[in-house]
Amino acid sequence: MALLQISEPGQSTAPHQHRLAVGIDLGTTNSLVASVRSGVAEVLPSSEGELILPSVVRYLADGSRQVGREARDNAAADPHNSISSVKRFMGRSLAEVLATESNSPYRFVEGEGSVPRIQTASAKVTPVEVSAEILSLLRKQAEATLGGDLVGAVITVPAYFDDAQRQATKDAARLADLHVLRLLNEPTAAAIAYGLDEAAEGVVAIFDLGGGTFDISILRLNRGVFEVLATAGDTALGGDDIDHLLAEWMKQQAGIEVKDNHGLNRHILDQARAAKELLSECDEVLVEIEDSEYEWQGLLSREAFNELIEPLIKKTLSPCRRALRDADVSRDEIAAVVMVGGSTRVPLVRDNVSDFFKREVLTHIDPDRVVAIGAALQADVLAGNKADGEMLLLDVNPLSLGIETMGGLVEKIIARNTTIPTARGQEFTTYQDGQTAMALHVVQGERELVSDCRSLARFELRGFPPMVAGAARIKVTLQVDADGLLNVTATELTSGVQASIEVKPSYGLQDQEIEQMLRDSMDYAQADKDARSLREQQVEAQRVIEALDAALASDGDDFLQADELSQIQTARAAVLAVAEADDHLAIKSAIKTLETCSEAYVARRMNASVRKAMAGHNLNEYER
Amino acid sequence: MAVTLTEAAAGRVKDFLQKRGAAAGLRLGVRTTGCSGMAYVLEFADEVSPDDEVFEDAGVRVIIDKKSLVYLDGTELDFAKEGLNEGFKFNNPNVKDECGCGESFTV
Repeated sequence: MALLQISEPGQSTAPHQHRLAVGIDLGTTNSLVASVRSGVAEVLPSSEGELILPSVVRYLADGSRQVGREARDNAAADPHNSISSVKRFMGRSLAEVLATESNSPYRFVEGEGSVPRIQTASAKVTPVEVSAEILSLLRKQAEATLGGDLVGAVITVPAYFDDAQRQATKDAARLADLHVLRLLNEPTAAAIAYGLDEAAEGVVAIFDLGGGTFDISILRLNRGVFEVLATAGDTALGGDDIDHLLAEWMKQQAGIEVKDNHGLNRHILDQARAAKELLSECDEVLVEIEDSEYEWQGLLSREAFNELIEPLIKKTLSPCRRALRDADVSRDEIAAVVMVGGSTRVPLVRDNVSDFFKREVLTHIDPDRVVAIGAALQADVLAGNKADGEMLLLDVNPLSLGIETMGGLVEKIIARNTTIPTARGQEFTTYQDGQTAMALHVVQGERELVSDCRSLARFELRGFPPMVAGAARIKVTLQVDADGLLNVTATELTSGVQASIEVKPSYGLQDQEIEQMLRDSMDYAQADKDARSLREQQVEAQRVIEALDAALASDGDDFLQADELSQIQTARAAVLAVAEADDHLAIKSAIKTLETCSEAYVARRMNASVRKAMAGHNLNEYER
Repeated sequence: MAVTLTEAAAGRVKDFLQKRGAAAGLRLGVRTTGCSGMAYVLEFADEVSPDDEVFEDAGVRVIIDKKSLVYLDGTELDFAKEGLNEGFKFNNPNVKDECGCGESFTV
């Protein structure tokens, strides 16, 4: 029988409906996939039992591909066809890539549009396709381990990734047949792994020193949502630099001068890395170089090692200072510091960061896995495996989203604080006879009048068949995806005519502005209600008068005595007189009066049109 | 009436309970759903209701509501590995028939 996992209370899934979701750390050097099982987030192993997949894809001449360790191990021998660090090319144009990657071994060629392609032995591949190979392998690995198809994945991206880079990552996921529940910022994932999202609010720093890059991010937590305040870093600083430094020292000590002996250089570098890793645990290690030509042994103490690498470590501190300045927060305001990346295992790194922020740093989750684990926790929530209450805190629509209706009123479709992703629809109709187009105005805010809300987008639905007012059925659907992108679709249901637009609602909105908009909606609640009633009555008055005028013009003289007509005209004038004023009750009663004195006229018109329709027909025709 | 846990299952449950923290125990149960009539419930329990039976086996506090216990009496909860996948398994002597994958069953 199927194997079961322990669920949260009340969240047991129906048979065959397991909501398996994973978190993926799609890294420059290495990638990992993790999932929550029985309440515990853990990195999922490959069939070889490996937790870390090198982000390398090798394209062979026979059209086959190698992904991961095998590709990485062959990279030196086959540099043109073994693509590593493809993350750096994601969402970049050919021109941008060529400008930054002048000494890369890859043969970049032009493709469709401005997307760069890499010429390999088997095909020209785009960075998106290379990433998709990695994601696809991780997906298969996860499905084998979890015993079922995935409903989706949370994929992490650097906080500084722009829209194009994020879109490219999503495209790669789609190619890998993976549904993206959300793209999550890497520092946010690390903070979630440590449960920092459970605090009410606070500012946290994420220090990420990987193999080749360094990133520092300052995040502010507000009601369970992380906002990136600032990021800084160094794209050419990481653990590899420590290895090179140590290797140079070893060569110096051993009196070896090698320039172009790759095998020996590789050997020394491996020894240096091993020594570095050991020095995180031990106070002193034995380092050796063993080669056909050279043989050397030496002792390296942690003190000497620290002295050697100190200048390198100090280089991480000035981006930290810059990030704090950009975020406009002081060191005392930082509530927690999370360490990410293998190089943060080096004690000197921890000590320096701890001294800088004047507090203990968080290190107890494996720094290589912390991002994947945070992504897995988020994926578990998004897949719906947690109680609803916990979901509410994670990501919500900060302000209501709606559509402008007649009279400049807002019809709210997605209410504020609705958890996203979400989709809501509402039907609208036409206002005038023969109308074949409709202008849609998407607004955001809590107020009743369009003029008090923020305009997001305008678009038009055109070309539906003319119908009498109120007969057209126009369904407007607002959909906010997990990344906060709003997609508005309008469809005329009888004809199927459709139009849509995509916007990013929170773009450019500061927290204070959101807060101000909310406060205004409270302060002006009564005024807004009155304004809405007034506008509604004004629209109604206009509609009644337009209908009346049309009727009078066509057959007023036929059905009305002079005194009746003048009575109606008086009532009509009364409606017009109050319609411009601001008393909605007065308009309402004037409309009522007009309707009352038009009753006889309306009845006569009705009878006449029925007679007209039946004229010339035999009664028998209607009795069938 | 009782259910039991194998040593492997008890070990994993204790491990998960400890990692999650703040749970009253492990809840087992059945629900009427699924392609073959009933489905198992396997959850962390945050609270014990008056309709629950609570007992200990192999060091694990097991909570089962009285209605479910009728269908689970004599069941052994096991932990198994199938390839890369691993998870819990109900060995339930009351089951007469189950769907292909065994996720739902009839008694």
